[in-house]
Amino acid sequence: MDYSALSPQSSVVNVFMKPFTSHTGRVAALPRANVDTDQIIPKQFLKRVERTGFGRYLFYDWRLLPDGSENPAFELNQPNAAGASILLAGANFGCGSSREHAPWALSEYGFRAILAESFADIFFNNCVQNGILPVRLTAAEMADLFARVTAARGPYELTVDLEQETITDNAGFRARFTLDPYLRTKLLQGLDEIGLTLMQEEQIGRFERRRAAILAGVEP
Amino acid sequence: MSGRTLFEKVWDAHIVHRHPEGPVLLYVDLHLVHEVTSPQAFDGLRMAGRRVRRPDLTVATVDHNVPTDDRALPIADEVSRRQVEALVANAEEFGIELFDLHSPRQGIVHVIGPELGLTTPGSVIVCGDSHTSTHGAFGALAFGIGTSEVEHVLATQTLVASRPRTMEVRFDGLPGYGIGPKDLILALIGRIGTAGGTGHVIEYTGEAIRALSMEGRMTVCNMSIEAGARAGMIAPDETTLEYLRGRPRAPRGRDWERAVQRWLPLTTDSDATYDTTVHIDATAIAPQVTWGTNPGMVTEIGGRVPDPDDFASEADRRAVERALAYMDLKPGTPLEGLAVNRVFVGSCTNARIEDLREAARVVEGRRVSNHVRAMVVPGSMQVKAQAEREGLDRIFTAAGFEWRNAGCSMCLGMNPDILQPGERCASTSNRNFEGRQGRGGRTHLMSPAMAAAAAIEGCLVDVRRLGRTEDSGLRTEWTTRPSVLSPQS
Repeated sequence: MDYSALSPQSSVVNVFMKPFTSHTGRVAALPRANVDTDQIIPKQFLKRVERTGFGRYLFYDWRLLPDGSENPAFELNQPNAAGASILLAGANFGCGSSREHAPWALSEYGFRAILAESFADIFFNNCVQNGILPVRLTAAEMADLFARVTAARGPYELTVDLEQETITDNAGFRARFTLDPYLRTKLLQGLDEIGLTLMQEEQIGRFERRRAAILAGVEP
Repeated sequence: MSGRTLFEKVWDAHIVHRHPEGPVLLYVDLHLVHEVTSPQAFDGLRMAGRRVRRPDLTVATVDHNVPTDDRALPIADEVSRRQVEALVANAEEFGIELFDLHSPRQGIVHVIGPELGLTTPGSVIVCGDSHTSTHGAFGALAFGIGTSEVEHVLATQTLVASRPRTMEVRFDGLPGYGIGPKDLILALIGRIGTAGGTGHVIEYTGEAIRALSMEGRMTVCNMSIEAGARAGMIAPDETTLEYLRGRPRAPRGRDWERAVQRWLPLTTDSDATYDTTVHIDATAIAPQVTWGTNPGMVTEIGGRVPDPDDFASEADRRAVERALAYMDLKPGTPLEGLAVNRVFVGSCTNARIEDLREAARVVEGRRVSNHVRAMVVPGSMQVKAQAEREGLDRIFTAAGFEWRNAGCSMCLGMNPDILQPGERCASTSNRNFEGRQGRGGRTHLMSPAMAAAAAIEGCLVDVRRLGRTEDSGLRTEWTTRPSVLSPQS
């Protein structure tokens, strides 16, 4: 469905969200299960009142040692992961707190797509709201990708194509994925959901009148 | 037409519009707002020139980073203060009711909603906080959302959502002496794991759930998110009505009678089916305590730290190894007897009056162990006032506990209440993630009674050992069958 045709103004385009069609980029691998949003962005950095400024605190307690220097053992600090824009993650990625600061931090750090066997529900929605594509793959496909990253002599690259719903590398890897059609459209077109919903004003108004009648005992 | 579950009844009644590509526009009856996840949403409204559609269905409070010590002083942390001030200014600008730092009704958002009678059966309730699932205890559909969705609800009073699947979790039978709602929910998460409920709304059923007070039900529903579920729900009954009747914002008079008629049919029809069902024998549950770095890493107090080699998958083995390294635990170590330095009684999971009574009953006439620093942080200023009327504060302070003002406090450590690196804490909160209560801090989740017992003994201990024969029981929740209240040993 092409939403841009619905409104003559550009009010259905989200200024915070880059549309996602296809992206090729370097891969960083974080093969840990149940990574929670407290790890992605620790609580002491949630006090900002802006949407920006979170990237440098991404995975703070893992990425940096207590003295503030880089932790050389952490996966994202490996030379081959420098400049990565695609994250391979373990199952149930993004569990815990609903903080949208987590996708804000991931996005600002440079990630455009996250590939995992499964995601926590709220985090999954928050990614899509911010133009990050969360892709669910099978356990076997994820294991294959982790192995390819390990085996690569240098940086490993993938192409994530949302129009075709495929993941490919230049050495024969190919996987298909599906995203909820509504979310897919939203990402492809970079839509502002509020602008879209406000076009349903008449239905919202009607629902509210009926709701008021039920509460007043006028309608069953 | 086949029957519908409780969830389906509430979901269907709130559909404003069905989107051609699948999701629905869902109406929101109550939007709760706090200082951490809202400033960017209000900024978005301002930038787009939008208003708050229904300020009358929106209620705000400050809880996440408020200090719990002296409220007469300005907030020392400059950035925290800015965030609290931003909410005060936004509430003023957009006409939203705010229970601020100096309000006698201030408290953790999931404690004050039910306390005020704002949380009612059959409602859709959202908040930019994952523990919004708490409100499902009333038969509401309540779930956490991100800040973009907060902005969407502020602007439209609706949310775009895809229908989750349904899961029944049935607790058969009644648990024994010393076992409470926290033990039920931890036992469930231990069984199905932290992703066991992903994509689902859980409905809790069974004798043990029916026997719970509203506060106990809130503890259970609160941690639904820790099982990965979108929400948890419990069908309303007499216990629900009894709790709500006379609350400041609950319906009154003829409105109350009408509301009860709408609420009581909110049960799952006998011919309805769930997508998934889990049965748990509540009579077999012992006091639960976590040993790892997520709430699914849990066992009974009589258990031992597991060996990574006991786990089938490579991913699990690595996760357990990592967790044990972080927690500084060796495989095979008995959990009972593990020394703690800190005890935290608080959070939206376990800081209501019954939780405080339960902890106080264990503490009364005893002293906090010399090497333990223990604190009680009531869930709301109303809970605090009630506890003080009952003299619970004196029981706690006489034993050596710190007695604080209301807030989220050391559950997530956004305010100055945090663990130091290496400290081990017995906590009534909901998350034992790495660094959750402070970088390098080690958290063991348990019930208020168990945390109180740990404070007294200075180590993890089976609270049932601390029972006294003259006690009427450690718990007030299992009131429907008094026989379980007498100690067995």
